[in-house]
Amino acid sequence: MQVTSSVREPLVTGGKSYHDVTHDVSRQVEGKPSLSWFLAFLTAAGVLGLGSIALIATLWEGIGMWGLNKTIGWAWDITNFVWWVGIGHAGTLISAVLLLFRQKWRTSINRAAEAMTIFAVICAAMFPVIHMGRPWLGAYWALPLPNTFGSLWVNFNSPLLWDVFAISTYFSVSLVFWYIGLIPDFATIRDRATGLRKTIYGALSFGWDGAAKTWMRYESVSLILAGLATPLVLSVHTIVSFDFATSVIPGWHTTIFPPYFVAGAIFSGFAMVLTLMIITRKVFKLEDYITMGHIELMNIVIIITGSIVGIAYITEFFIAWYSGVAAEQYAFINRATGPYWWAYWSMMTCNVISPQLFWFKKIRTSIVATFILSLVVNIGMWFERFVIIVTSLHRDYLPSSWAMFYPTWADIGVYLFTFGLFFTLFFLFAKFFPVINMAEVKSVLKSSSEKAAK
Amino acid sequence: MERDTHFVLGVYEDEDVLLDAVKQVRSSGVKIHEVYSPYPVHGLEHVLGYKRSRLPIAAFLFGMLGTSLALTMQFYMMKFDWPMIIGGKDYAAFPDFIPVSFEMTVLLAAFGMVGVFMVSSNLKPWAQPRIFDVRITDDKHVMAIDIANNSAMDQEKIKEILKSSGATEVNNKSFDE
Repeated sequence: MQVTSSVREPLVTGGKSYHDVTHDVSRQVEGKPSLSWFLAFLTAAGVLGLGSIALIATLWEGIGMWGLNKTIGWAWDITNFVWWVGIGHAGTLISAVLLLFRQKWRTSINRAAEAMTIFAVICAAMFPVIHMGRPWLGAYWALPLPNTFGSLWVNFNSPLLWDVFAISTYFSVSLVFWYIGLIPDFATIRDRATGLRKTIYGALSFGWDGAAKTWMRYESVSLILAGLATPLVLSVHTIVSFDFATSVIPGWHTTIFPPYFVAGAIFSGFAMVLTLMIITRKVFKLEDYITMGHIELMNIVIIITGSIVGIAYITEFFIAWYSGVAAEQYAFINRATGPYWWAYWSMMTCNVISPQLFWFKKIRTSIVATFILSLVVNIGMWFERFVIIVTSLHRDYLPSSWAMFYPTWADIGVYLFTFGLFFTLFFLFAKFFPVINMAEVKSVLKSSSEKAAK
Repeated sequence: MERDTHFVLGVYEDEDVLLDAVKQVRSSGVKIHEVYSPYPVHGLEHVLGYKRSRLPIAAFLFGMLGTSLALTMQFYMMKFDWPMIIGGKDYAAFPDFIPVSFEMTVLLAAFGMVGVFMVSSNLKPWAQPRIFDVRITDDKHVMAIDIANNSAMDQEKIKEILKSSGATEVNNKSFDE
């Protein structure tokens, strides 16, 4: 029998029974969608529709629609790509790393966080695909397929190709991990439903019967998938950082990039999880499952990763000076004081200073403050990628090539398109899928709920 | 083989009662068909006497397959099929092949293991599972006893054993197939 420490806060409040868990979560799937859900969904779909104008224009005309020039060949597209991939790191981190560390509080947030991961990776993958210019030929450039363009294979020495493998593996393994967790919960909805819903959720539940032998295998699969996904999460942003670190551009050619990018990814991912969870728990009345304790723990992860990111910024600056390489020193002085100073200082304020506010218990246990700071962190993380990419490029080796980047309406529109896509997918998920992993919450209910503590 | 269709079911409310009940029922000589639960109950597979799952072995083998395929593919393409000098590197630039090899190892290990899991547990969209009691995906644990498999014992005796082990309900369930 498990023993609960009286020091630990209960993971589920409100004296919930097993049936209450089933009821509270399935209710969202079974009931008619609320007005607030409709409004939110339509807003997201509207943004998606508006953004798709820019997307179609870009596909039709080519990437000349964007504000890129011959000095700055990478700007918003890659910034958005790295930003979305970073956001897509929290879900698998929560479900895999926290599973290995036996952090039971992950059970009520892992489902939604993993869904967010999958949708964020879809948004991220849009950018390199569009940037190919002719994405319908992209399979030949991205995958080692035999072709008649001169029987050239893809270049396995290139970090851009490593990215193709890393992102697609990450996406598909996260999807499988998420779906395996959904199967028992789909079975719960199947057994409560009748008619068409029973047929649909019956097919989605893959004929789950809840047998002890199946559960044993399920547990084994979850553990191994967590073990595989943990190095995978770390590898993905490491390889994304290689896109920059293996180049010889001052400001990019830095060995600190892999750990610094991974910490930044977890930082922004947790911020996005908080943004979405604070809305979800409110709209779906799940305050007893996603408690203040969960929010506080996520805020603590944000302080830690935010501090790692802060130290990385300072280290980068120090090493640029200490290296004695004039080009490197200039790149960093230019970041802080050059024409993009405002981007650099937005990044520093949002990412280094603002998360430190979470040291105050009052702030990290306040819903409003957490919500605002989670948005601030994601704005800061967008600026981080923008600063790294654009400020390192805009002062070329030849001063005659120096340039600035100005986004066009198509740059902004394609970015909006991914926002629309992300939120449309998330709202559909929140309505039609169980947003909380019922089976896993039930498995910790006896040892860690408020009822059990009494 | 024809599937047996008559069962006695013991319904349990609590996971710890269930664990003791499984031990009691097994020690009194009744063969348990299977136990169905809404969530994984830790230690249930031990008291039921199941052998450890061999899925980790499958994952390892598929992972090895992924590594070998990735390395073979990269060496063949870069060194033998169409060698080119890229960045002054060796044709067979082994360190550069590590990231793709790692990703393919993870990819094949994960998909291979999940595939084996699906097949071994008969999970597929068109599967028609036997639902012993709809509450097993909600809040009840159900122990199913196959009557034909326990023909040496009287049905009433089995029911008595289930009741004394802490079952809150004892039901009969038949499937016509």
